[in-house]
Amino acid sequence: MTEIYAAVCIGILVVMGVALARAYSAPTVYDRILGVNMFGTKTVLFIAVGGFLTGRPDFLDIAIVYALINFIGMVAVLRFFEYTAPIE
Amino acid sequence: MFILDIVSSVLLIAGVFFGLSGAIGLFKLPDFFTRVHAASVTDSIAAILIIVGLLLQTSFDLNTAKLLFILTFLMITSPTSSHALAKSARHGGLLTLPEEKEKQQEQTH
Amino acid sequence: MGEFIDLVLLAMLALTALRIIFLKDLFAVVMLFGIYSFLSALIFVNLDAVDVAFTEASVGAGISTVLMLGTLALTGRKEKENTHSSILPLLVVCITGAALIYGTLDMPPFGHPDNPVHEHVAPRYIEESPKEIGLPNMVTSVLASYRGFDTLGETVVVFAAAIGVLALLGTGRKEDDEAPESGLKSHHVLHVVAKIIIPLTILFALYVQFHGDFGPGGGFQAGVIAAAAFILYTLVFGLSKSMDVIGPKFLQFMASFGVLLYASVGLYSMYKGGQFLDYSKLAVDPVAGQHYGIIIIELGVGITVFAAMLSIFYAFSSQAERSNIQ
Repeated sequence: MTEIYAAVCIGILVVMGVALARAYSAPTVYDRILGVNMFGTKTVLFIAVGGFLTGRPDFLDIAIVYALINFIGMVAVLRFFEYTAPIE
Repeated sequence: MFILDIVSSVLLIAGVFFGLSGAIGLFKLPDFFTRVHAASVTDSIAAILIIVGLLLQTSFDLNTAKLLFILTFLMITSPTSSHALAKSARHGGLLTLPEEKEKQQEQTH
Repeated sequence: MGEFIDLVLLAMLALTALRIIFLKDLFAVVMLFGIYSFLSALIFVNLDAVDVAFTEASVGAGISTVLMLGTLALTGRKEKENTHSSILPLLVVCITGAALIYGTLDMPPFGHPDNPVHEHVAPRYIEESPKEIGLPNMVTSVLASYRGFDTLGETVVVFAAAIGVLALLGTGRKEDDEAPESGLKSHHVLHVVAKIIIPLTILFALYVQFHGDFGPGGGFQAGVIAAAAFILYTLVFGLSKSMDVIGPKFLQFMASFGVLLYASVGLYSMYKGGQFLDYSKLAVDPVAGQHYGIIIIELGVGITVFAAMLSIFYAFSSQAERSNIQ
């Protein structure tokens, strides 16, 4: 079972890397927000699977915090856009 | 519990497959609103498959409850985030690809 | 496998840092700082430092991003152009970095069991803490009991930060005349979803507060998560509605109350004949006294951090609204 967990961890790391690349070079500013949001949710999955990989599932508390903080960050960003218009 | 391991592995691998397909779509798709679709594929179906795959591996204890809580939370907030982002982009004046082509045609005429 | 994940995460961290340096759009920089914080917290999780990862995730990716976005709403979004050449600063940084690396060459190998740091202090805590304090989470027992004085100082620092921000920006008084409706007006989906998420978040903050003795968590993280719930309420429904729920005066009272609660536990143990913050004197059985002391001071820390974070956010938000209305 640990091999499957390791493979899933590497797969999620690849998805996180792609989201990161999207956040680095984004055609519009909204693509950057999309990349950051996707990075955050993939981190939740990564912690969950990583906890099972190392045999310590106590990390699930951190996964819950990440999901929360990701959502609140997204709402804050969108509120920011209500105040100022995007530059591009 | 061998059958449980096999079902779990299948669900986890399927989750990673959908995640990778969403990641490829994030770069290959032409328009912002289509890229939102690609990202939300990873947020919804990949997350469900991976978490259900992990759920089958826990013995019925506190971790099961926490995983269910994470799943419920992700199911409520990820579609909301995608919706709010797309709505905000629309209000900000972002045009879809057909509308852009129309605008360019009107400008050249 | 662990080292491989570490390498990948550190590479992503370095790439993010490089990208932040070369970006001129400050909004993108704030977003990438959020990613940087997530990555740091992942590295901490990989190093088995779960409490630190908790705090880094909630403060770095949550509160910092929101506050920096609030600042960006007041200042501009583009960074000013560099007018001087960067050769001399680059030289200074390279020489300093080389000196630092040369200094670390003498250190013992990382994680080696014969290191001096594993020989004296750590085994004493690991062996004595279950007998003297009896909590499963040793980080909490070190933080709250063995180093309780340091934690009192940290709480006072958070309180002082809140005072500093309030002195500079003002308390965000509740306006008596009808200010225009703020908040995300037309996002009806967000209104409904926020009403579902906020009670769950507060419940989770209480869980983290009281479960900090047994798993990762504690007062600081719980205060930040509870503040994040109220920040979400302010973002979606508007500042005036949020100030109706919890006013700035009440927040100032709560912030000072938390610090006073912490300090009075110390004074009470002095009254009972022990030293300052010696929890063994709080009850007849020393271990039970330690438990009482730790729960009460964690409550004090949580209350102060919650009130401080929310006051700072109110100050930023009312400033942004005032400049927006004009």
